[in-house]
Parts: sequence; C-alpha cells; structure tokens
Amino acid sequence: MKFLTTNFVKCAVKGCQSSTESFPLKYSDCQLVQEEQEYNPEFLVHMLERLDWNAVIQVARDLGNDSLPPTKPDSLDPIMEEDQAVLKDLHTLLVETQIVEGRMTCNNCQHVYHIKNSIPNFLLPPHLC
Amino acid sequence: MSRPEELAPPEVFYNDTESFKYTSSTRVQHIQAKMTLRALELLNLEKEQPHFLLDLGCGSGLSGEILTEEGYNWIGMDISPSMLATGLDRDVEGDLFLSDLGNGVPFRAGTFDAAISISAIQWLCNADTAGVDPKKRLLCFFNTLYSSLRRGGKFVAQFYPMNDSQTEAILGAAKVAGFGGGLIIDDPDSKRHKKYYLVLTAGLSERTVNLTGATMEAPVMNKKVNKKLLRKMESGKDFINRKKETMKRRGKKVALDSKFTGRKRRPRF
Repeated sequence: MKFLTTNFVKCAVKGCQSSTESFPLKYSDCQLVQEEQEYNPEFLVHMLERLDWNAVIQVARDLGNDSLPPTKPDSLDPIMEEDQAVLKDLHTLLVETQIVEGRMTCNNCQHVYHIKNSIPNFLLPPHLC
Repeated sequence: MSRPEELAPPEVFYNDTESFKYTSSTRVQHIQAKMTLRALELLNLEKEQPHFLLDLGCGSGLSGEILTEEGYNWIGMDISPSMLATGLDRDVEGDLFLSDLGNGVPFRAGTFDAAISISAIQWLCNADTAGVDPKKRLLCFFNTLYSSLRRGGKFVAQFYPMNDSQTEAILGAAKVAGFGGGLIIDDPDSKRHKKYYLVLTAGLSERTVNLTGATMEAPVMNKKVNKKLLRKMESGKDFINRKKETMKRRGKKVALDSKFTGRKRRPRF
C-alpha cells in the first residue's frame, strides 16, 4: 500500500462514518519498502490539493519520520525548475514508500486492520457490518 | 453457461484455480479490456490531466492494467483473496484492497475523480449469508461511493444483471444515494453481446458523460385508448371470448373454450 493511500483510507465500520476520529488511522508495527516508480509531477500536483497535510504528518510520525514541514507545500508548478526538488521528495514519500506489513487501528472504534503482502484487509466481522 | 453468481459467494467461487483460469484466459482478457475501454469512453475524462480512479471489484487487475496503460493512477478493491494474490503476482501498479463492496467504500470524502467497475456489482444483489439484506448492502455501497467521489465525479459500471428486478434494485439504490444518470445498453439486440453499463454522476459535472452512439429509450407510454375504439378494433374471436368471460363472471353456463371457439362453420361440415 502506497503512503499516498494512507491519506485517503478511513475506518470501514458503519458507526465510524460520521466520526472525525476515524481518519487518519493509526499505523503501527509497519514494515516499509522503497519501490521505484515512474515520476509523474502532474499527478503529484493534482493530488497535492486534496491531501490532508495534518494527516500526512501524523502518519509519517507513526511510521517514524518527524522531519516533515508543518505546512503543506503549495503553488508548485510541475514545469518550474526550482520546484522539482520538493516534488521529487514528495514523490519519494507518497508514491515510492510502500507499507508491506503492519497494522492500522481506528482511533474511534479501536478496530485493527492488518496489512499483509501490501494488501490491507478491510473485511469486517459480521457484528460490525 | 451458468451464472457464477448462482454457484457460490464471490470469495468462495474465485478460488486459486478459478482465478488462475479467469486471469489466464485470453478470451476473458479480451472481453475485460474491451469493456474497460468502453467504460473509460463513457467516463469522458480529460486526456491531458492526471486522474485518480477507483476500480471496484478489480479482481486480478485485468481492468487495472488498462487503466495504467491509459495513464491513470488507481486503487482497486476486491473481495476474493485469490484474485488479489494473482494480481500481486502480475505486479499491477495500483494499490489493492481486500474488502467487501457491500460494507461500503472505506475512503474519505472527495478522494477519487472517477470510479469504474467491470462485471462486479451484480454480486451485490445476492444474499450469501443469513441475515444479509442485498438492498441494504447496495444502499451502503452507493452511499459511501457517492461520498468518496469528488463533486462532479463519475462512475461507470458494467454488470450482468440476472433479471430486470436486479437492474431496478441497483438503479433505485443509486438514485437514493444521490447519483444522477442511468443505464446504457450496448448491442441491445444481441443476446450474447448485450452489455449493461450503469453511468452515474455525483453532483453536477462540467464535462458530461460521453453518450455518442447511445440511443435514448424513453419509457413506452401506455396511452389510454378509447374503449369504444378498442371495441371497434377487436376481432370476432376476441369479441366472443370477451362475451364468454363476462357471462362466466355472472355465473352463466358457458361453452368450454377450445381451438374451435369463434371459428366459422364451413359448408363442408
């Protein structure tokens, strides 16, 4: 699962849908892998506007990275030379960093979702459906 | 061919052997690719801009491969672990999720630009375990999908309805969730090649779906025909049958209906 995806996924339990606590999930015991991916600056700029930067920081802290800037980098241009460094960093963080194994916990209902072989398991037990 | 939906729940039916068969069959690959391209054509997304798509019921990523080829980034969801494992082996680009569509789409509001689904949502019409209501599952699915799409986001789903009531249930649930849109039927005259596409938009979109080549079919209006005119048009046999019916209703003794009812007595007789 790409780091980017963590910024969108939330708890699947019905009772958590209206809760603000169900996003972002808490990540623990995670194994990370860097996998080289095609660099696509247009896509990054497109996704940047819908990223929740606070969630990015929180998840990065869960995964052991405290060095993110507190504000979202904005008004980046995929063509400009001086923005390339930031975009490259974002690419490494969001697209190339992948979670292979780990656990995600909902802050609202404390339900644990497991990630195995980089596939998160969102199947719910019958009593939570 | 029998319908897999009637045999077993999806996570049971698509076991290791079945997913291998499904994914390696060139016929299936060809059909899936064709339907994915058709769904993308219906979505009518801007070619120049990047898009973030959701593939519902992605299976082993046959449709996802087409999405990658077309330059889209995507996330796939499926309920069958074997299918997803096959997808992992094939090294698909998108993130895969093991999840039941009937329990909703676990993404926050406004995540995706569009969503597609190829040959999947008819599975939602089945009740696979006791105490499961397909109607509720459909509604939950469409509600969460609606919220996970950006305003103006579009959803195109190819599916195989078993009968008209399934189509109606799916369309009804989509409408309740707030989607606008309807059904497009490709090759409506061919029983084998007939394909159903559900084309929905969440909120207003400045770029509408691409409906070239689709013919609009307005519901046939049953205009109330004048009773007098109807009587004028009916044949002699119809007249006799109608009269016999009324007499029967009144409790009179009426000759039994047979193939000779309302026939002329020929001179030969």
